[in-house]
Amino acid sequence: MPEMTFGAAIDEAIGRAMAADDTIVLIGEDVPLLRSALFARFGPERVMAAPISEAAFFGAATGAAMAGLRPVVELYMIDFMAVALDAVLNHMAKVEAFSGGKWRCPVLVRAPCGGGYGDGGQHGQTLWGMVAGIPGLTVVVPSTPADAFGLTSTALSHDGPVVLFEPKLLSAEWLRFLGSGGRTTVSYDVPATGARGDVDLQSRVPFGSAVVRRHGDDVTLVSLGVGVHRAFEAVSDLEGQGIGCEVIDLRSLRPFDVETVIGSAGRTGHVLVVDDDYREFGLSGEIAALILEAGLSVKYGRVCLEGTLPYARHLEDQALPNAKRIGAAVMELLSRG
Amino acid sequence: MDLTHLYHQMLRARSLESVVAELWASGLISGEMHLGTGEEAVAAGVVTHLRDGDGLSLAHRCSPALVVRGVPLVPILREMLGCADGLAGGMAGHMHLMSKDHLATSSGIVGASLPVGAGFALAADRLRPGAIAVSFTGDGAMNQGMALETLNLATVWSLPLLIVCIDNGWAITTKTGAVSGGELSQRAASFGLVIDKVDGSDVEAVYEVAGGLIARMRRKSTPCFLYTGCPRLDGHFLGDPLLRQAKDPLGEGRATLTSVTRAALTRTGAGIAKRFASATAMLSIMAKARNVATRDSRGDPLRTARETVKRRHPDALERIEAEVAQEMEAAVLAATGSEQPHDA
Repeated sequence: MPEMTFGAAIDEAIGRAMAADDTIVLIGEDVPLLRSALFARFGPERVMAAPISEAAFFGAATGAAMAGLRPVVELYMIDFMAVALDAVLNHMAKVEAFSGGKWRCPVLVRAPCGGGYGDGGQHGQTLWGMVAGIPGLTVVVPSTPADAFGLTSTALSHDGPVVLFEPKLLSAEWLRFLGSGGRTTVSYDVPATGARGDVDLQSRVPFGSAVVRRHGDDVTLVSLGVGVHRAFEAVSDLEGQGIGCEVIDLRSLRPFDVETVIGSAGRTGHVLVVDDDYREFGLSGEIAALILEAGLSVKYGRVCLEGTLPYARHLEDQALPNAKRIGAAVMELLSRG
Repeated sequence: MDLTHLYHQMLRARSLESVVAELWASGLISGEMHLGTGEEAVAAGVVTHLRDGDGLSLAHRCSPALVVRGVPLVPILREMLGCADGLAGGMAGHMHLMSKDHLATSSGIVGASLPVGAGFALAADRLRPGAIAVSFTGDGAMNQGMALETLNLATVWSLPLLIVCIDNGWAITTKTGAVSGGELSQRAASFGLVIDKVDGSDVEAVYEVAGGLIARMRRKSTPCFLYTGCPRLDGHFLGDPLLRQAKDPLGEGRATLTSVTRAALTRTGAGIAKRFASATAMLSIMAKARNVATRDSRGDPLRTARETVKRRHPDALERIEAEVAQEMEAAVLAATGSEQPHDA
């Protein structure tokens, strides 16, 4: 089983799928540089440099997918989805419904996301809650290289549009490109097990399947992406105090694995959502609604991003969920009984 | 306005960028850093025409224009250092600097400076007759839908908007020509804007041409498009991997070369002709990246301006340089000498 970085695992899955399926084309700004190995291997007709025109090339990816190609379309970062949003929200996501289920739109959107390296509030958002709110899309957020490979591979044999979130803090390639730029004078709090790990090249991770990363009886921590690792950092301290923590890595937001979350919530009676996305009107509120709908009465809390992501590193570190805030929130939850 | 004043502004802008480059390299500034080195002649030649009430909408290389506009240096530097007394209290960083006092803003979203500038122009037209707005944009951004839509909007609303297109030949790390159809100024002309062209390395020419367009806009509200070209002296951003790899293929570029070679030789993939096309494209882009001008080289507009000042006003040169050095030294001292972000 080869050991890979997070970004390389996604590239590997795309490269394997491209070799097996001639209809896959990779489209994005600067991809001859960003995906130089795929560019060298598959040529400029299949790894296509796009102008800085997200609205146009996302719309074109939608049409191309409807007409027989299988585009993998890249954003530099999910923040720029704002420019491409019409294609995603009103077209890509609607093809299946508007054709009465007769037509599908197999596009994979690769969307680097998240902060932790001081790039400011137009380059460090996650926005997965907003995107996962769109019916017709599949939305996945891996937290390890193995899942990055497995979910990408599943996406490339799926018939509908998939948005794959790639947390930049886990992706050494992006951190080098956008963060350090060759500097040795900066460092980031990178979760080691998320950035590099063994990848089973035969594995496929199904959509809608969360995974329990750690079992415990007292509190359920529900998270995704970098947040899973931050939860783990908090857990080692909490376990020392005799608090049993269950950690759920959602992996998929749409479809959502209600069963795993509800099952755990019912057992522990305490749920803390750890989410790098905005707190209001998003994923954390959705999880609370699902728990209520299931008829459970639990103690619920959330540690999320509470406003625009600050540029200054020390402010950013406080704004993003961290072990300290998670630990304090767990103690507060348990104090409620 | 004489050349010495324009050179003074160019040097102020460049000196700030040089300071920023050092602070970034030392790790005191985080994230990406898109310098405006090479654009100083355009910034000085255009922005010195602005008055109170004029709007300025900038892209991600915003600091030279802000410096020329008179935004104080210390709050800019403190912002980039992430300090509580920075321009935005550490919330914005270098890509999103704004100053309400100067009606000046910037954006990290490519193309967004155009529609915002159109809004500044609309407000100028309604609230401050005779006032205008300026949007700075790059060549790569002219492929954004919102940029093209703004060309139309500015015309149908007769907005006093000057769009200054600075063509440095690159759209991030892709040659703009490879991803752009037609000619950029012709696009603007087709939408009905008044167009003009000027060498963006020649500050006196920029000042004169921009001045003509702006004077016309103040008399009669009408959108204009000024097409300029200048070199991008520090890549897309500091630490640009394309430059690092192109200039040091056996050091920084080695890992990429190895993986590309391995990929090109992988059994499954495109036929030999298409792989050859990829290799040719990559070598050509590397060669182009290697040949761009750098700071203080022959293609640097600041150096050109300095040589002209030296020839025409030898006495002024020393005075200007001493003045800027003193201003910058004081700014750096004030910005870095006191409380650091982690104490805030």
